[in-house]
Amino acid sequence: MSLTLQNIQKSYREPSGQKLPVLDIPEYQLADGEQAVLLGSSGGGKTTLLNVISGITAPDSGSVIINGTDITKLHEVGRDRFRAAKIGFVFQTFNLLPAFTAVENVMLGSSFASQPMNRHQATELLKSVELGHRLDHKPGQMSVGEQQRVAVARALANRPVLLLADEPTANVDPGNQDSILNLIRSACEEHNISLLLVTHAPEVAQQFDRVDEISQFNKVAASA
Amino acid sequence: MNLLVIAYKSIRQRALASFLTCLSVSLGVMLMVIVLSGFAIVEKNFSQNSINYDLIVGPKGSSLQLILNTVYRIGDPVGNLPYRFYRELQDDPRIKEAVPLTMGDVTEQGGFKIVGTTSRYFELGYAPDRSFKLVPGSKRFGTSFDAIIGSQVAFTNGWGIGSKLKLVHGGEESDHVHDEEFTVVGVLAPTGTANDKTVFVNLEGFYLIAGHEKPISEAVKQEKEFFGNNSLTPEEIAQLEQEEREEAEALASGEHNHAHHHHETPEIKKDLTGIFVQTHKPIQAALLEGQSRRGYRAQFVNPIRPISQLMTNIIGNIQKVMFVMTCLIIVVSGVGIFVSIYNSMSDRRKEIAIMRALGARRQTVFSIILAESVLLCLTGGVLGILMGHGLIYMGAPYIERAAGILVDPLTIEPLEFILFPVLMLLATLVGFIPGMTAYRTDVADALAA
Repeated sequence: MSLTLQNIQKSYREPSGQKLPVLDIPEYQLADGEQAVLLGSSGGGKTTLLNVISGITAPDSGSVIINGTDITKLHEVGRDRFRAAKIGFVFQTFNLLPAFTAVENVMLGSSFASQPMNRHQATELLKSVELGHRLDHKPGQMSVGEQQRVAVARALANRPVLLLADEPTANVDPGNQDSILNLIRSACEEHNISLLLVTHAPEVAQQFDRVDEISQFNKVAASA
Repeated sequence: MNLLVIAYKSIRQRALASFLTCLSVSLGVMLMVIVLSGFAIVEKNFSQNSINYDLIVGPKGSSLQLILNTVYRIGDPVGNLPYRFYRELQDDPRIKEAVPLTMGDVTEQGGFKIVGTTSRYFELGYAPDRSFKLVPGSKRFGTSFDAIIGSQVAFTNGWGIGSKLKLVHGGEESDHVHDEEFTVVGVLAPTGTANDKTVFVNLEGFYLIAGHEKPISEAVKQEKEFFGNNSLTPEEIAQLEQEEREEAEALASGEHNHAHHHHETPEIKKDLTGIFVQTHKPIQAALLEGQSRRGYRAQFVNPIRPISQLMTNIIGNIQKVMFVMTCLIIVVSGVGIFVSIYNSMSDRRKEIAIMRALGARRQTVFSIILAESVLLCLTGGVLGILMGHGLIYMGAPYIERAAGILVDPLTIEPLEFILFPVLMLLATLVGFIPGMTAYRTDVADALAA
């Protein structure tokens, strides 16, 4: 199993001092190489869930087991190392660094892992997402679709076992949505990477075999 | 991609702000280099190693002026000593060597100071264990109108063996050019001392220049004042007065030309600006110095002491003040770097959060910010050192001419080497708070923003 969540609970403290529960997930699993969509409306805890899975945010309780490692048992530094080595991230707003060229952004994706990617490898990866002609362009010099392709390449740079994609097509024009989705899915398929894609768009969800409504397994969202 | 590359990219992203902060550091460091090197140059020029004599003998007056004029060729002579006094010193058993010097004129071209002396000056060396070296083809004084020039004079005026030169009477402000022409017979190799910017002429030739002989009446009066008696009998004085009148008449009628008619100058008519003295034992120098303080005729000055006092009492304090000021300038530049990086932190929260999401540890983003600070400080430091030495290099000829001191453009003060550790420390201090801001960045919040 690539991802297993057990009894995850997460809440935030409001300015008034009251606790605001966001996640209460008894169990959730994703098999090796499986691709799933988490569907839900805004405020349903989708982004918080991705942060918990990636180790950016620690849950109040419960376990997040990725590839056999319970990352909630790790210290923050350990979670950072694990994320750098095993998890790829595609953000809704691409989040490319503006000072870096396309190839440098891709290299940055593995810079914090134990085996960073060299320029040649990053170039090959960009060529595989059909951006061989944009290697030395900075994000500001590329189209929105091209920027998201760079973001996808960066997420693959550390050869992850799990790819987390947070609304990856939300900011992309409709013409590019399918190609971005296809790119992510085919790359995950090719490298046997498990994919958990978060979206609120049913037209995106319907392209996947497995669609999980967050309200189905998150008790907080279900009770909202 | 290592941290330094990431830091460098961030610096480039804020090119203008980075350039300005870097420039402020480099200007501070440049000022410090100029101050340190400037004072090192002054110190080197006036160090005790720049002269090979125990005592400088001159007329009563300012000891500092005597040393500056005779040793460093700066300023005007204090006055004159009778030549007879030099002969007396030669006979003094305590004195090993006495070398006469007479000064006051400059070259027509370039305004370099003229020193009339003997070949012995070159035989004794210019500093302890350092002898004068002449470029190939050079000779010592042979005839009265021979000259030996310093390396700086040769370079600046483009003179070499066989070049002719004329003297301007009484200093650079005077417009009276002597008719007599000297011929360069020797060029000194560089010494790093004031000798490099001096033209040495044969003492005998110096006295043969029209106007350099003291009128006999004045000479007799001066000799009596100095020694309490006269070396000449009234008859001899009358004879010299007669010759002087005849010569004046010949000059007036145009029959006499000094440039072509040379004769032995009577000793009483010869003056000296100073006498360089080596004693057999250091204690003898101290005794002679003390003895001269009680007398009224001449002063015997240790060439180190007045300069050392000048360095300690005035120049040393100025150096301290300027050093502190430049330190403050560098600290202010450091504050500039702090402000620049700190102000950029709010814009870079997301950038830091992205790196953290990609697996960067808190310590890593802290190190990236610190690396930016270090890069800015060190780049500014290197630029400042290059700019400082570049300015000294370019300004050296002008400083030499204006201040009369020799400038080694490659002078590097040992203190410059601690600049980099100091800059590293400064960079760490000013980068710490922005680094901590990066360290504490809440990734989830920053990504959601």
